[in-house]
Amino acid sequence: MKQSTINSSEEYKYGFTTDIESIRAPKGLNGDVIKFISNIKKEPRWMLEWRLKAYERLKNLKEPNWQKPKYPKIDYQDLYYYSAPKNSENKPKSLDEVDPRLIETYNKLGISLKEQEKLSGVAVDAVFDSVSVATTFKDKLTEKGIIFCPISEAIQKHPDLVKKYLGSVIPITDHYFATLNSAVFTDGSFVYIPQGVRCPMELSTYFRINASETGQFERTLIIADKGSYVSYLEGCTAPMRDENQLHAANVELVALDDAEIKYSTVQNWYPGDKDGKGGIYNFVTKRGVCRGRNSKISWTQVETGSAITWKYPSCILQGDNSIGEFYSIAITNNHQKADTGTKMIHLGKNTKSKIISKGISAGHADNTYRGLVRISSKANNSRNFTQCDSLLMGNECGAHTIPYIENKNSSSNIEHEATASKINEEQLFYCNQRGLNQEEAIGLIVNGFCKEVLQQLPMEFAVEAQKLVGISLEGSVG
Amino acid sequence: MLQITNLSASIDNKKILKGFNLKIKPGEIHAIMGPNGSGKSTLANVLTGKNGYQVEGQVLYQGKNLLKLPIEERAQKGLFMAFQYPLEIAGVNTNNFLKTSLNTVRKVRGLKELDSLDFLNLIKTKTKNLKIDEKILNRQLNVGFSGGEKKKNEILQMTILEPKLVILDETDSGLDIDAMKIVSEGVNSLRDKDRSFLIITHYQRLLDYIKPDFVHVLVDGKIAKTGCGELALELEKIGYGKMEAEG
Ligand SMILES: Nc1ncnc2c1ncn2[C@@H]1O[C@H](COP(=O)(O)OP(=O)(O)OP(=O)(O)O)[C@@H](O)[C@H]1O
Ligand SMILES: [Mg+2]
Repeated sequence: MKQSTINSSEEYKYGFTTDIESIRAPKGLNGDVIKFISNIKKEPRWMLEWRLKAYERLKNLKEPNWQKPKYPKIDYQDLYYYSAPKNSENKPKSLDEVDPRLIETYNKLGISLKEQEKLSGVAVDAVFDSVSVATTFKDKLTEKGIIFCPISEAIQKHPDLVKKYLGSVIPITDHYFATLNSAVFTDGSFVYIPQGVRCPMELSTYFRINASETGQFERTLIIADKGSYVSYLEGCTAPMRDENQLHAANVELVALDDAEIKYSTVQNWYPGDKDGKGGIYNFVTKRGVCRGRNSKISWTQVETGSAITWKYPSCILQGDNSIGEFYSIAITNNHQKADTGTKMIHLGKNTKSKIISKGISAGHADNTYRGLVRISSKANNSRNFTQCDSLLMGNECGAHTIPYIENKNSSSNIEHEATASKINEEQLFYCNQRGLNQEEAIGLIVNGFCKEVLQQLPMEFAVEAQKLVGISLEGSVG
Repeated sequence: MLQITNLSASIDNKKILKGFNLKIKPGEIHAIMGPNGSGKSTLANVLTGKNGYQVEGQVLYQGKNLLKLPIEERAQKGLFMAFQYPLEIAGVNTNNFLKTSLNTVRKVRGLKELDSLDFLNLIKTKTKNLKIDEKILNRQLNVGFSGGEKKKNEILQMTILEPKLVILDETDSGLDIDAMKIVSEGVNSLRDKDRSFLIITHYQRLLDYIKPDFVHVLVDGKIAKTGCGELALELEKIGYGKMEAEG
């Protein structure tokens, strides 16, 4: 069979670095570094105190190690916690003032920051290492009262909203990585959709790691006020490096009465080379709370990158009649590992959740779905449906499904289905005999397998994601 | 069209084809019969390019060396095999598979790709001719299809792709009498002075519907006897036993 003849730079076309002078915090994790970050971002006193409280808490926490993919010990004192292109502290007012090298970087990534050229109907916040370098379409959104800005800006300009909601879904005491993030988070997006407003365009944040030996600690907070709607998408890439880099983000979503948040992720961090050297550790905490009645939060994730992906975007279904959804494609190739899934916590009455997980494993990779569905004693008439499918390519990879089910309410009901299948050479031969080459055949089979999830993505990104799915599996049946 | 000279093939050190010779001219229909395990499917697999065989000898297809072409290129150049055991592919929509396959082949042949509407019109007529229930087009490829539906689906693909050289590997096995007639009509409708067929079958009856120009008997990896339509009738009476003794 055809072996992978593609060299790694073609496999991962986002692997370049941008040569730009940066400002860094001194190496290591301590109170002074946290003060440095808070200071450079001109944060108010309360924010610094919040961070320091998290840091105190962190000292008493241990890194969890129940996950399936193990990794060498991370030396937290040997990392940089802040890195930003020089002169970016005074964020440029207009795109014309953004360093052209940054614009060029995003162009190379297929993200145009020049409004007139860009994807119509998508507003972008571009985060480069520890800072947001540009946010587009701001004025148009402001007209509707929508706030879409870097979180560092929101801390200064909208302190009441930030104070009210930051940490309200993921408390600073949550767990090791979430607490670490609370102490040192640098940038990310802030979204507020006012009551009754339907956000007229897709909002999107593009995260780029550039600097070496640097952790990225993004923090995103999205609030959908009563009766509002927003669809938000994040994309991620990083240069190819031999070292492993840590990305520990926190994302919090709050949906009030009758509000809906649709959150999509296309995660394509550098996955490491064919032998498993390098790549991003993607240890992320994502949680949404359906706080109001009839509210809805829907997570869609396409996880193709990272050396290790370890995350469980979750929904707390607090309001009566609220709905939580999780659609996931996790692709692991070569030596990549994923331990991902979701938690659906049913607290309100008549709450519904749906989990569709598609895991694809190739090469020597290992893919675990881990998910919790909990229906509390007060959540009358609640429903969950879970479907977990795994697709294996070759004999060296693994797939595992670990569902945790807790139903404390007899009027509620949980359904779980799981399948495992394998792409075999006979099937590929059949497709080849019909004129399709290896990549087309794999693309067809894999996209068929993932269709239900791909359909959830906003149109503008579905095509890209579909291509990405094919690319990340190139040369994997050998 | 096709010239096979001294073709040998083995798999896992087991020799299956042992000096096989055959020449097929444009427009001809050749039938190959032979006992189970004599190497009929192996021949079809080697011609279409399936991996895993050690192959020796020469095969010229339209004057070019067939054996060094990748599987998909052979298919794009008009070589089609109806599988003895069509594969089930979960998650892949049948209609989408047929359309993707047709458009890939059309692109290579320098033809315009069909949009969904054109394709729908095409597939509607073809399924109707073959008396295929259109509903199966919206199901996953071959998944849960009955034996007969799978075979008809192969013939459907053949009529859509309009290949130059068709290999039917026991397409008649498992078909009821009506289906066999329908499939035969499908094949006959494609008969053309530029199109050739290699029909592998165990049953003389198929050859009542599709009249071959030649019948070959494959025994132990090579052709033991060649004749015209009558040979099939004869075989039906006396079986392969005698043939093996002769060969
Ligand atoms: N992978 C393999 N390893 C070993 N032997 C094999 C392999 N594949 C095929 N064979 C053997 O090769 C011989 C020829 O098989 P083939 O499928 O070509 O026969 P056939 O003529 O098509 O038979 P049938 O009429 O039953 O379809 C058989 O004895 C079969 O067991
Ligand atoms: Mg056979």
